[in-house]
Amino acid sequence: MHRLWRDERFWAVLLLALAALVPVVAPLLGSPATVGLATRIAIYAIAASSLNLILGQGGLVSFGHAAYFGLGGYAVGILYAHYASGEPFLGLIPGSNDLLVTMPVAILAGGIGAAIIGALSLRTAGVQFIMITLAFAQMLYFLFVSLKAYGGDDGLAIRRVVPVLGMNLRDPATLYWIALGLLALWLFLMDRIGRSRFGRILAGVRQGERRMAAIGVRTYPYKLAAFTIAGMGAAMAGALMVNYLRFVSPDMMHWTKSGELMVMVILGGLGTLLGPVVGAAALVSLEYTLSGLTEHWQFILGPILLLVVLFARGGILGGLRRLAGRPRQHQAQPLPPEELPSGELPPGDPVAERAAHG
Amino acid sequence: MAEPVLSVQHLVKRFGGLTATDDLSIEVMPGELHALIGPNGAGKTTAIGQIMGEITPDAGRILFLGEDVTRLSTPARVRRGLSRSFQITQLLEDDTAEDNVALAVQARAGHSFRFWRDAFGDARLRGPARAALEGVGLPPARWSLPVADLSHGERKQLELAVALASGPRMLLLDEPMAGLGASESLRMTEVLRGLKGRIPMLLVEHDMDAVFSLADRISVLVYGHCIASGTPDEIRQDPAVRAAYLSEEERV
Ligand SMILES: Nc1ncnc2c1ncn2[C@@H]1O[C@H](COP(=O)(O)OP(=O)(O)O)[C@@H](O)[C@H]1O
Ligand SMILES: [Mg+2]
Repeated sequence: MHRLWRDERFWAVLLLALAALVPVVAPLLGSPATVGLATRIAIYAIAASSLNLILGQGGLVSFGHAAYFGLGGYAVGILYAHYASGEPFLGLIPGSNDLLVTMPVAILAGGIGAAIIGALSLRTAGVQFIMITLAFAQMLYFLFVSLKAYGGDDGLAIRRVVPVLGMNLRDPATLYWIALGLLALWLFLMDRIGRSRFGRILAGVRQGERRMAAIGVRTYPYKLAAFTIAGMGAAMAGALMVNYLRFVSPDMMHWTKSGELMVMVILGGLGTLLGPVVGAAALVSLEYTLSGLTEHWQFILGPILLLVVLFARGGILGGLRRLAGRPRQHQAQPLPPEELPSGELPPGDPVAERAAHG
Repeated sequence: MAEPVLSVQHLVKRFGGLTATDDLSIEVMPGELHALIGPNGAGKTTAIGQIMGEITPDAGRILFLGEDVTRLSTPARVRRGLSRSFQITQLLEDDTAEDNVALAVQARAGHSFRFWRDAFGDARLRGPARAALEGVGLPPARWSLPVADLSHGERKQLELAVALASGPRMLLLDEPMAGLGASESLRMTEVLRGLKGRIPMLLVEHDMDAVFSLADRISVLVYGHCIASGTPDEIRQDPAVRAAYLSEEERV
């Protein structure tokens, strides 16, 4: 048992099981709005977790992840618009308002978008990579702003959500459970990938590209695959979000949204299974609570985030672990000075090194 | 006469005005332990970097197992059997010692587009990884520690284990004993002696006791240029080497 409670997977299952009770408990507590809040958390958790695959596992600082979130959303929105008008998309693809159709299309769109953008931006590294992913995301943002056929700046509304496999998506609880189920599925996938050979390569990419080359690994194809999978996850979250809001607009892919996803991952705990989920929950509830208190909630949120990032190394999860007394993993033993080779640096701080690789 | 495993021909590398590698030619024969010595800044690390494909030479050719590899990428050279250790250790700091070696085993085992099976419990990776760790003499109690928690000497051992785990047909070792204590150096010397004959090696090292006891042949690099090459005895007698490099206190 004492090992079990240190396993993140145990907490993930427990957390998801408890979260499934929200629609039952919330009305009893007289706050039915909680279901909507929980839905947003589950959706953002998927998006943040998808970003975590490249940012946390692979150390690739992509600053344009909202692009794929938005692509997934627009796939749903555009298919609905064509369904409503009866005209096929590009004269070929018939519209749809069925989640069983729109969701796979959204995931595909996100995957293709990420594969193309990834193929170009992964040729660079460091600050250049950050800037290029950001630039591509902003290009997509302005593309959709200028697409007047799909609402431009104002976005698109989706009027009705049809039942899926007999489930009524207009019922908030049902939509929530679907989002939660997909989050569970996604986390399961992330856990498997993280432990797989592919995941090991990503961990190597994060910690030392030079080492990876020296053991004979060409990292580019792996980075591209991870980037694409991450784009598909974000698109899935985007499709869910549009079903929840019944609305899609370019704001979904604005750079501030990419920033929010990054904050969720870092706030919760970079490179962990549950960190992005905890980060999403924390950020969404903080925004909700603070915006209820004051108009200037962002001025309060900023310093809170800063404090967590500065003082809770490893985010909320890192802080919790230390509270639980887990032995610190990355504590380098200082070397006796005479053992230090001349001209060589002492064993590096893993955090600083990770930052240098980003 | 046998074909050399590695043949470096007229290699030149300039960093701005500095010629770090100056018309360097060097050969490593099958089974040979060839030591490359020279003062700090002589261009030894730069030479290894070029042989591995991490640094692009300005001129010259590199043949490995009879094939011209001068234009190949580092991973492509590693897959052909070249493997190096780093003077300044390049290890995955968050991962355990065993994970570091297992990743090298994995890289050698083919592509890693495997998303499902748990790599941490994969005996096909763990078995060879443990064998390599045993081979370099890292105590099993240290295998499951993150690299960041290992001592400098242990990290040097791990560097060698990782280099070995990629299944090399030739090893390039960049100062494997730098910064080691006397007993650690002796242990590393014995590990290398155990490998000698099985894997051809190019050994860059400042520890003259180790070099003269291990090497079949020694080449002396000064300002990027090879000033002498021969058996340990020949190098010991060589007046140019004595003048340029082997100072009085380092005399052997
Ligand atoms: N990337 C680089 N840029 C500029 N100069 C370099 C670079 N790498 C090495 N040098 C210079 O090349 C010379 C040889 O360096 P190095 O190969 O590291 O020597 P050694 O390993 O023999 O001590 C040194 O003078 C060093 O300063
Ligand atoms: Mg050197």
